Amino acid sequence: MSTTLRENPVEQFLRTDRMPHIWCPGCGIGTSVNCFARAVLECGIDLDKLCIVSGIGCTGRVAGYLRLDSFHTTHGRAIPFATGLKLANPDLHVVVYSGDGDLAAIGGNHLIHAARRNIDITVICVNNFNYGMTGGQVAPTTHHEKVATTTPYGDPEYPFNLPDLAASCGAVFVARWTTYHVVQLTKTLVKALNKKGFSFVEILAPCPTLYLRRNKLGTSVDLMKYFKEKSVIKHGANTKEVGLETYDKEIIVGEFVDIDKPDYLDNYNEIMKKRLGDKFQPWGR
Amino acid sequence: MAADRVEIRLAGFGGQGIIMMGYVIGKAYSIFEGYEATLTQSFGPEARGGACSAQVVLSKDKVLYPYVVQPDIFVAMSQEAFTKYYPTLKKDGILIIEEELVDLSGVDITQKLFKIPATRFAEEKVGRRLTLNIVMCGFFTAVTGLISRDAMRKAVEDTVPSGTEELNLKAFDVGYEYGQQVLGK
Amino acid sequence: MAEIKWTTADPKGVLTGAHYIDGNHAACEGALAAGCRFAAGYPITPSTEVVERFAARIPLVGGMFIQMEDEIASSICLQGAVWAGLKAMTVTSGPGFSLMMEHIGFAAMTETPCVFVNVQRGGPSTGTPTLPAQGDMQQARWGSHGDYETILISPSSPQECFEFIIDAFNLAEIYRVPVMFMMDECVGHMTEKVVIPEPEKIKVVERRWTDKKPGEYLPYQPDPEDLVPYMVKAGDGYRFHITGLTHDERGYPAATDVEIHNNLVRRLCEKITKNAHKIWKWEEKDTDDCDILILSYGISARVALRGIELAKERKGIKVGLFRLIVVWPMPEQRIIELAEKVKAIIVPELNIRAQVAREIERIVKGRCPVIPLGHAGAGVHNPEDIYNAIVEAAK
Repeated sequence: MSTTLRENPVEQFLRTDRMPHIWCPGCGIGTSVNCFARAVLECGIDLDKLCIVSGIGCTGRVAGYLRLDSFHTTHGRAIPFATGLKLANPDLHVVVYSGDGDLAAIGGNHLIHAARRNIDITVICVNNFNYGMTGGQVAPTTHHEKVATTTPYGDPEYPFNLPDLAASCGAVFVARWTTYHVVQLTKTLVKALNKKGFSFVEILAPCPTLYLRRNKLGTSVDLMKYFKEKSVIKHGANTKEVGLETYDKEIIVGEFVDIDKPDYLDNYNEIMKKRLGDKFQPWGR
Repeated sequence: MAADRVEIRLAGFGGQGIIMMGYVIGKAYSIFEGYEATLTQSFGPEARGGACSAQVVLSKDKVLYPYVVQPDIFVAMSQEAFTKYYPTLKKDGILIIEEELVDLSGVDITQKLFKIPATRFAEEKVGRRLTLNIVMCGFFTAVTGLISRDAMRKAVEDTVPSGTEELNLKAFDVGYEYGQQVLGK
Repeated sequence: MAEIKWTTADPKGVLTGAHYIDGNHAACEGALAAGCRFAAGYPITPSTEVVERFAARIPLVGGMFIQMEDEIASSICLQGAVWAGLKAMTVTSGPGFSLMMEHIGFAAMTETPCVFVNVQRGGPSTGTPTLPAQGDMQQARWGSHGDYETILISPSSPQECFEFIIDAFNLAEIYRVPVMFMMDECVGHMTEKVVIPEPEKIKVVERRWTDKKPGEYLPYQPDPEDLVPYMVKAGDGYRFHITGLTHDERGYPAATDVEIHNNLVRRLCEKITKNAHKIWKWEEKDTDDCDILILSYGISARVALRGIELAKERKGIKVGLFRLIVVWPMPEQRIIELAEKVKAIIVPELNIRAQVAREIERIVKGRCPVIPLGHAGAGVHNPEDIYNAIVEAAK
């Protein structure tokens, strides 16, 4: 009996010449990438037109491992780079894949403005509640009172409710899953990739080396149990009610927002046509 | 005005179209006469409302120093502007005033002086108060003789909002003809 | 042989004719003539007219402008547009320029061709928003962290704003660097005649597209002659990777490899220093037989010409002018030749820290005195001050 090694279907999206990756054992980012790769397989988008843009941080390394046109930009600035990429060539499908610190702290201003403009990009935010790459500092997503290297006695701040932030700024598609919910997450990513306008998917993921260990929350397996037990699926939930202020709170997951409205380019082209008439050639349409 | 470099200051209050006057003069001399003209103006908070001034340097050759230091010609369109800038006018220069907005009493004017009620003319003879700056452009053209009437009219036509060309050319001619009258031509 | 493809301007972007416009508007027209089809910007005095005009003109030319949420966003947004295939710029002044520094470094590291326009005002901090300075000249060279080289160009009139920003775009494409177009408030806001030629008379450089196929192409394999790699754009099937990390020729991170880092950073610098003779651009006036040399750039060089006239008229002093148009890299050999002949070199500039003069001192190495003639900005030199410096130096 001969055994043939079956090729992993997502391998075609990976830069195998860059393996092994930098992520720690038990880290949730790899799981999210696996879901993303499967979503890419299903979404029907021409892969040559699919671009991935990351900022800096552990999740910021995702762009480097995906065999797509990929851009590893500066800290916090993946979204404005993606905005330029998309507006200069609207045929491209542009995905921003980055972490909570990158997108919500240093890049927070760009996140809210891109959502407000309804730029047609997909933003995937892996939230592991702290800064991993630099060694576990406090993030704007750290649970109240949890410990980080720069809040060694506990975080006095309150975390962002990221789905609510994105929704209230105008995102047309907003969802949250954990890395426990791989099937649901994959389906949601397919939707997000095909959604016209600004879509935002938060993925809660374990950071075993730093956040879990420092807060004595156990291993990644323990966090998977925690995700499983605490999660409540509520599609269409009011995003005001999905905050994660403290660690013991229930985790509301699901697809919260899915609305249709004209994106930036739709509006741009319509206004220009109205004002300039035939002198204007619609851009990218 | 035989000198190669002629410095002009135009000043008044916001809304009189001072900058446009500078623009028309500079454009006429550079684009339509084929020489060189550099226009500078105040920017920022001091340029919004209140006193407003534009400076034009005319030259047969390239303008090197771009700013006006001691103007050969000063067009004063408000009392405040007159008070502020008159002291810098060359002793043998030309002073042009909006005579109903600038009161010269108590000031010993040594320069050649030309006066016009540009705002009233714009209202009464052109029928549009806003054209007062173009009336002044016409008057300026006639009394200084620096730039041809033709070049100035072309610059006016090329500068004013489309649809108002005729009105503004009329305003220009009103000022120009009054200038000739004042000169006794 | 490095393959540089020259072509002529796309007529859609060219407003042929004589215009009476200010330097900011002229810079916008020059950018459009050069083929710039994307700009991202944030309002800041005294530069805003450039993007205001771009926003009005670009829908008719075919391209895109977006006002971003800040200068940080603008300075990276435009680089996204470049990798999507367009020529792009951003426009700013002092405080905004300071915010853009990280992305000037990103453009240098990723070899993203683009133009940063800085209409300089007085600093530090908010300084003099409505008045000129030339106080960002060293910042434009060194402002981002780490070693890199860039190109600085300084115009002295609206006509030159039009013409030289075309050079800026061309040099950005040839050498794949961010080019700093260093205007100042005086040049930006002065209105003069600007003659825009027929499109077929305007030479523009096409991007250095690779002729290699996906699979053969290496994003950072330099041309052996001029050390500049060839480019691709997103969406064409190359599946390439770009990173601000130290990277190998594949574009893959190699941030812990001393040799790769050393080779990369040296190449980023050498592609400018070794090709400098092809980048230099300067203008000389009466330098054949002069005792005193004025060496300057931008508005200061123009104002200095008036000071030179005064010295000739009043004292018959022989003064030459050496005007840097490309301020960096500098034509060192020619400056040395002149330094050996003249009694002194005077460097008027609108900063008081000898930002360019210190570079001249470094080149001249004591062959003659180099006299910085600084002015803190918020105005330009009085030609009398330049005259006085000439008289003093000629003693």
